[in-house]
Amino acid sequence: MALGLEAGLGDSVLTTRLDEIINWGRQYSLWPMVFGTACCAIEFMSAAASQHDISRFGAEVVRFSPRQADLMLVCGTISYKQAPILKRIYEQMPDPRWVVSMGACASSGGIYDNYCTVQGIDTVIPVDVYISGCPPRPEAVLDALIKIQEKIQTESVLVDRHIDFKGILD
Amino acid sequence: MTDSLTDKLQVIFPDFEPRKVLDYTVLDVDSEAIPQVMKRLKTYPDLGFSMLLDITGIDYLTYPQRPAARFCVVYTLRNWKKNWLLQVRTPVADPDRGVESVAHLWGSADWAEREVYDQYGIIFRNHPDLRRILNHWQFEGHPLRKDYDIFKGQVCYQADSLEKEIRARLTAKGIDESTMQDINTEIMFLNLGPSHPATHGAIRIFTALDGETIIANVNEIGYLHRGFEKTAENRTYNQIIPLTDRLNYCSALMNNIGYVKAVESWLGLEITERAMFMRVILSEFFRVQDHLVCLAANLVDMGGLTNYWYLYNEKEASYDLISRLTGARLTSSFTRIGGMYRDFYEGWENDMERQLKDIEKGVNDSLKLVLQNRIVHDRTQGTCVLTPETALSYGYTGPNLRSTGISFDLRKDDPYYNYEAFDFCVPVGSYGDIYDRMMVRFEEIFESIKIIRQAMKMIPDGPVFVDDHRVALPPKDQVYNKIEGLANHFKLIFDGVKTPAGEWYDGYEAANGELGFHFVSDGSGTPYKLKVRPPCFYAMGGFHEMIEGEMIADAVINLGSINIIGGELDR
Repeated sequence: MALGLEAGLGDSVLTTRLDEIINWGRQYSLWPMVFGTACCAIEFMSAAASQHDISRFGAEVVRFSPRQADLMLVCGTISYKQAPILKRIYEQMPDPRWVVSMGACASSGGIYDNYCTVQGIDTVIPVDVYISGCPPRPEAVLDALIKIQEKIQTESVLVDRHIDFKGILD
Repeated sequence: MTDSLTDKLQVIFPDFEPRKVLDYTVLDVDSEAIPQVMKRLKTYPDLGFSMLLDITGIDYLTYPQRPAARFCVVYTLRNWKKNWLLQVRTPVADPDRGVESVAHLWGSADWAEREVYDQYGIIFRNHPDLRRILNHWQFEGHPLRKDYDIFKGQVCYQADSLEKEIRARLTAKGIDESTMQDINTEIMFLNLGPSHPATHGAIRIFTALDGETIIANVNEIGYLHRGFEKTAENRTYNQIIPLTDRLNYCSALMNNIGYVKAVESWLGLEITERAMFMRVILSEFFRVQDHLVCLAANLVDMGGLTNYWYLYNEKEASYDLISRLTGARLTSSFTRIGGMYRDFYEGWENDMERQLKDIEKGVNDSLKLVLQNRIVHDRTQGTCVLTPETALSYGYTGPNLRSTGISFDLRKDDPYYNYEAFDFCVPVGSYGDIYDRMMVRFEEIFESIKIIRQAMKMIPDGPVFVDDHRVALPPKDQVYNKIEGLANHFKLIFDGVKTPAGEWYDGYEAANGELGFHFVSDGSGTPYKLKVRPPCFYAMGGFHEMIEGEMIADAVINLGSINIIGGELDR
């Protein structure tokens, strides 16, 4: 039984909350920007290929232009030389944007605890979901995607994300 | 054959005494004599060292038997026709004075010397463009010096502009403002990368364009420099195996094999027959995997997405076998010094045969789309031609070198693991264009499958590990029940496999070309120094020679056709 406004207008109109309808749209049409640098990018290729098929989750339209993407997948080691580029590309993405840190290197530097490797990309840009593994399996990429979708569901379109973030390059 | 090299060296360089290390020759030379010696090595027809494989530095600061000069520069040269390998070593007491550059003799020396300068701070006098290559431009100090702390990271705030370099390149090509006024146009500068779908990782291809034609190009690498060599100095020999996985991660197991082969060659360790056959089978299987990814990605760049499904799906399917065998999909870490981590599992032959059939089908399906395809032909034939001279000068190896018509393959010319017993061909190209590079890889897939099938028939039973407890872990019942076994296990894990003090180089035919490892051992279980000779690094070093004069879209598919893998390129 429809109540109030809906009862008056019949089946042609559906009322909902702004957050819910926008988030619903966002969560099932994520456009990933793959910042692939190393081994993890090969496993992302697997996640995109037929067997695991990332399009089942509505995120198959991989954009290499940050301006057309809203989900950044950082697949691989980020060195200090790479960090300014990562930050710049992140900044080129329109809001709202989400970041997945794929694999041990991106999340914490991994086995490369040394002079040239950034010890976790969350020192440069804000990260929403981390994936463990060296490299993670394609299933883990899909799992992270679902986690991002769940996260999107709980967010409000009126609240800016990560406005207080301060990284080493800020 | 090498003996005649020793004789020739003695005649031509009476002042220096050549000596034999493993099966190659080493010549110790004063740094002042380097220009003359190197020139003769390259130009004398009797010597004919047309390839400079690698240059590396060594810092002896904390070496137990420290020589008088703190630094040393080592040049690794090859005469591919006669299969001579020669290392020229020169002591460098004062890095600020350094040694004379040899970049005018070999193209490969340009980047190789830049790397030594970057990592060790040794100056190469009269080098055309001596600046950092792997570390960023704001970096201070030289990380591979022994007094540089491994954990001392340095933040880079801004990318390098490269403006000076591209202008220098334009000038070198004779293009200046007046030329541009003549043809009534302006040079447009365009960056491909560092983050670009075609760079397959992170490389910066900086081009100067006239319309869509590339008139000058400089390349920036090092974005994936993750300190392999410094990290390796802090790990035991077996602990380095997982690091080697991440060099060329498309064929991780080949790096494992190349690495342990190099260590075993110095230990004089004869691995078991079965282990040898396993290594041959897995090497070839991973060569196929590597070529599948390269071709799949290359054809995607060209717009042929269907090929990606035909080729990449077979790689994906191969992971079933690989993960059943090694426990991992990508990073296998499957070898150990002295043998293999495990034997094949029961029933692997059926899995392998089925997989090989599937790969053949996938590759043939893809070939049906490519071989008679006018668009592929038009885009790849005659574009980005690599001449044999350029290829040798820049140190190209592997399929890229063979596509120019030079049939050099370590498996044939310097066989290891009984490769001489297998019946296989070395496919070569005739023009050195993109088409040849692709087709050489397609053919190599079939040749590798041929080798695997032969090896599967011939593989003997037996252990996969040597019975030598200087390198092999003792059986568990001895570790748990006997103090000797426990001590043996403990020593091998904590101290690592001890190698005699010395220096050596060993090369291996990886999917991309010659993968070499140069070790310095101080007698402990940790390498004092470990330098990788990565095939990609030198392929990228000559990239500008291939794309200048071509269209921007050709540069994209050319990059795919030489198969640059970031992990190996930047280490």
